[in-house]
Amino acid sequence: MPEATGAAVRAATATGTATHCPYCALQCAMTLTPEAAAESGPARLSVTPREFPTNRGGLCQKGWTSAQLLDSPERLTTPLVRDTKGAPLREASWDEALDLVAGRFRVLREERGADSVAVFGSGGLTNEKAYALGKFARVALGTSQIDYNGRFCMSSAAAAGNKAFGLDRGLPFPVTDLDDSEAVVLVGANPAETMPPLMGHFDPARLIVVDPRRTATAQAALDGGGLHLQPAPGTDLALALGLLHVALVEGHLDTLHRVAYRAERTVGWEDVRQCAARWWPERTERLTGVAAADLRRAAAALARARRAHILTGRGAEQHSKGVDTVSAWIDLALALGLPGTPGSGYGCLTGQGNGQGGREHGQKADQLPGYRHIEDPAAREHIAGIWGVAPESLPAAGRSAWELLDALGTPEGPAALLVMGSNPAVSAPRVRRAVERLRALDLLVVADFLRSETAELADVVLPVTMWAEESGTMTNLEGRVLRRRAAQAPPPGVRTDLEVLHGLAVRLGRSAHEFPADPAPVFDELRRASAGGTADYAGAAPELLDAGEAVYWPVRDTTGGSVREATGGPERDATGGGAEALGSPRLFLDRFAHPDGRARFLPVEHREAAELPDAEHPLYATTGRQLQHYQSGAQTRRVPELLAAAPGPYVEVHPDTARRAGLADGDTARIVSRRGAVLARTRCVPSLRPDTVFLPFHFPGGGAANALTNPALDPVSRMPEFKLSAVRLERADGGGVMSPEEAV
Amino acid sequence: MNRALNVVVVGNGMVGARLYEETLRRDPTSRRVRMTVLGAEPVGGYNRVLLPGLLSGSLTEADLTPEPPGEGSPATGTTVTGIDRDARTVSTADGRQLPYDRLVLATGASTVIPPLPGLREDTDEGSGVLARGVTALRTLADARRLRRLADRARAVGARIAVLGGGVLGLEAARALVARGVAVTVVHPAPHVMDRQLDAPAGRVLGRALRRTGIEQRLGVMAVRWEPARGLHLDDGSVLPAAGLLLCTGARAETGLAQDCGLETGPAGIAVDDTLTTSDPDIHALGDCADAEPGLVQPGWEQAAVLADRLTGEDPYARYLGSPRVTRLKAAGIELACLGDPFVADDGFAGHAPAGGGSGGQGPAAGDFPDDGGPEVLRLEDPTRERYAKLVLHGDRVTGAILLGVPDAAAGLVQLYDKGAPAPSDRLALMLGRALPPETASETGESLPDHAMVCRCNSVTKGALRSAWYDGARSARELADATRATTGCGGCRGAVEKIAAWLAETDPLSSRDTPATTAPR
Repeated sequence: MPEATGAAVRAATATGTATHCPYCALQCAMTLTPEAAAESGPARLSVTPREFPTNRGGLCQKGWTSAQLLDSPERLTTPLVRDTKGAPLREASWDEALDLVAGRFRVLREERGADSVAVFGSGGLTNEKAYALGKFARVALGTSQIDYNGRFCMSSAAAAGNKAFGLDRGLPFPVTDLDDSEAVVLVGANPAETMPPLMGHFDPARLIVVDPRRTATAQAALDGGGLHLQPAPGTDLALALGLLHVALVEGHLDTLHRVAYRAERTVGWEDVRQCAARWWPERTERLTGVAAADLRRAAAALARARRAHILTGRGAEQHSKGVDTVSAWIDLALALGLPGTPGSGYGCLTGQGNGQGGREHGQKADQLPGYRHIEDPAAREHIAGIWGVAPESLPAAGRSAWELLDALGTPEGPAALLVMGSNPAVSAPRVRRAVERLRALDLLVVADFLRSETAELADVVLPVTMWAEESGTMTNLEGRVLRRRAAQAPPPGVRTDLEVLHGLAVRLGRSAHEFPADPAPVFDELRRASAGGTADYAGAAPELLDAGEAVYWPVRDTTGGSVREATGGPERDATGGGAEALGSPRLFLDRFAHPDGRARFLPVEHREAAELPDAEHPLYATTGRQLQHYQSGAQTRRVPELLAAAPGPYVEVHPDTARRAGLADGDTARIVSRRGAVLARTRCVPSLRPDTVFLPFHFPGGGAANALTNPALDPVSRMPEFKLSAVRLERADGGGVMSPEEAV
Repeated sequence: MNRALNVVVVGNGMVGARLYEETLRRDPTSRRVRMTVLGAEPVGGYNRVLLPGLLSGSLTEADLTPEPPGEGSPATGTTVTGIDRDARTVSTADGRQLPYDRLVLATGASTVIPPLPGLREDTDEGSGVLARGVTALRTLADARRLRRLADRARAVGARIAVLGGGVLGLEAARALVARGVAVTVVHPAPHVMDRQLDAPAGRVLGRALRRTGIEQRLGVMAVRWEPARGLHLDDGSVLPAAGLLLCTGARAETGLAQDCGLETGPAGIAVDDTLTTSDPDIHALGDCADAEPGLVQPGWEQAAVLADRLTGEDPYARYLGSPRVTRLKAAGIELACLGDPFVADDGFAGHAPAGGGSGGQGPAAGDFPDDGGPEVLRLEDPTRERYAKLVLHGDRVTGAILLGVPDAAAGLVQLYDKGAPAPSDRLALMLGRALPPETASETGESLPDHAMVCRCNSVTKGALRSAWYDGARSARELADATRATTGCGGCRGAVEKIAAWLAETDPLSSRDTPATTAPR
């Protein structure tokens, strides 16, 4: 980098703090600068976007407004305690709150066993917190009952990636590789709303968007000369096999590169070839509704590209056949020779801010740090050694997220739950059941910075810091480890999640050094714990991260200590996965992570969703996101500018379907599934399939889309079927008054 | 249940093999049903739908004969010679007697060989074997034979005659052309696919076929095959051809059923909606049964119903018919026909007398869609090889022909399969993308103020205009003021155009005066 440019950047950032957006996995780079203080009150941070390979100086509305919550009057600044069920939350001291929680945990453990206390984590937590939370559960509580909301996000793609490649990293290549791609298939992903600056890496003419809805991303593709394939909900798997069939019969797979690739780098092609042979275009068309002619166009565009990518999102993954669906798309990618070929690949667009790191460090029910399996004896021995405990003291695998929530407060299930960084009272499937289970707990403890819907149900609420008040590391969607930096001190009375875990662990009889409150020693321990594992962070030295080096895991510690000299300052952030990147910017170029170095084709077959429309519930309902809101909306609904732009629940309906239900644009509709009913404003969308309605899931209470969703689980990933439930649509007569059961 | 039900399936074609798979899926350990599949062909369960692909060379035989899932593959190369209903056994050509609790006949259909001179070898045993140069297209052996004929014809620059312009004939012809062989389809009706298409649709299809290289002789009958010359036609001409492919229809294979006294009808073995024959222990499905033969989809749906019943997964499952959808599988020609597209007066729907189908009440002027008669839409576009016809009764599509409008066809078939009501925008339903979009993208004056310009930052045209009057006088300044363009950057062009339009139309901007008094 020319000296002048570097100096200029340094000057520009001298007064600010270089960090990353608190929201999605793109982790857009931003600088936080204190604004001149107003007459009274504290200085407010202002956000400016920062040049970085992922966001290239762009931010969406969520990022621009992210600092507005820091001084929100709704910030929690003192612990809250509910003396008895039904009593209001009252303020309490930290000592009182932590003593109470630790005391109750201790009693429960003695009376009902360690598994009576459960932990629910988050893909929004820093690597340090995710690691410490997993350790806290296994060591301080001794419970097997820990899982996290990432189970609802990336688990299907993770399972499919592990099966196919022997390793799961969302994008096994830097985002900037997409710039030169000649065909990008986006399956059930809507980055134009979910991570807008990513769109800058796509040429719309080369996009092939697969989505039952004409999303903003699909519209961008169409406007730019790309393709939109609009399959019926729940038929993505068959669509992938249909495309593979076309590629097969039209000779696209016979190139020298592809033939050699399949022979030398994969196993299992023959079985998959036969699966695909059964999905001829006209059969695929009848099931999916995608015209055979469009299958042929898409297959040709994909196969003729010299560099091509297939990327999946939640639309493909959040099904009871999510793993098989992703496997089918990976099969297509492997048949075309994309994964592990420079400039091409398969990837999953990770959703949550630290959805990548959060799934590696041991807050998953079946996992230990370094992406190790908790039932692997060697993994248990290694981690137990790091933690200074006996391997046999580590619990076995526990319940997955939905199974855990569903068991809360039942005779067999946990009686207490600690929630960190998550809001399952809005984000869980069949959410009214989840709320009922949360209410049935003896003790619900929630660490949050706002009174989220889950915090409202809690017996103890612990006020914690926000992203701009803490430091640590995050791992973005491309597996790059990033520095999160504190820009200001937290409000008085607020503690970090690590301090909370420290305080609880000490009260539970662990020694203080096992659970440091400072992130730096936690990260050091995480690096040692991950060493030799799949997600190896051993070489991610803090000096490198401080210097803005591009560090991608796995990054082995090859030194003792000879890390490249830090050049100082975040300007180096601007280098992406170029020649100077450290670790593994591009995976699989030489070999896949299975012992024989080969990728696995996986034979898969279409199967129906767990629930199909019938006479009583004749429509498909699918759920998704709006640009202005993040996840359960607990944060973004409190930002006035975002709320003004996206004020409340709505249902997208084809105008004819609306008319048949007696609804006009703007009317309040009642949407009913077998699990509950939701009220939402009707939004007529002519491009929608007449058999499908769509609801955003960011809203609570009577408008909670997850009141409809089906917790039917994928047999492998335990992912619920968020993307498909059968509903009926009706007028919300009686002036839109909700029944008490609806108004949670 | 103390013992698994012993089920013997006769026939290992697409439907027999499918039944085996569907049963195994419901009962993976064979605890409830032990199924034996007996197939006469040496390879089992091949996918007949894909035979044209084999012909064109794009698929291999292995692709057509996937290994069945699970343990114990069905017996192949076993011909069943008789059924003893009293003893409940079947006898095989190799002399075995196999007992059954339930017997399933999935014997399929065989090609109808028309009674034309020259089609069969004259041998001492009489006629049976097809003559040199003649083949049907039903079995894998047929496909191999046709491929040999085709390759020989191509090598000498000769032609293959396809007798019969129905679905199979056209699909085979298309596949032969793809293999580089000259083809002429001979069809007795004035247009091809006359069972599915009305005359104008047939004319447009004929044109599309000619474009792909398929010649047609229509309205003529074949009278004789002469191996050295070709096919003699009833107009006195001879179509020179090195080979003849018979696509002259199929007949249900009911020999075994008739021999053991099961009831049969003209369309096949008689079954009820539980797919049970006149013997309660014997079922039949697929092309050999009289329930909607001819297409693969119904046979597969029947296999699912029967598997439900045999395994006890759903003892009350019924086969109530399949939506009638014919989809021509010919690359480059997108044709779907559904239901009954023929209307009493196949003329101009707008003036058609109502009640042509049912009802019989007189037409009520101005009350067209509700008077019980069909609502018909039709577009004929021979130049671009498009033809679209939609027949509705009330809100339900009861018939359609869609040629050359692939996305509309795909959507319509989904609607029809579900029996869902048709959208009110019939033209969009019928034409899909062929209809031009309603609005072109606008950036200037005609764009309404509430239109979203920058989605990433929720910036409307109105917000940009306000920012302009507040003093932001370039795209760059508009971006700073509103954050438009600072997300994905996709709206940069639009913001520049709006800035240019504002500069042009704002009376203040020419005097370079900040609009401090602009209304807020």
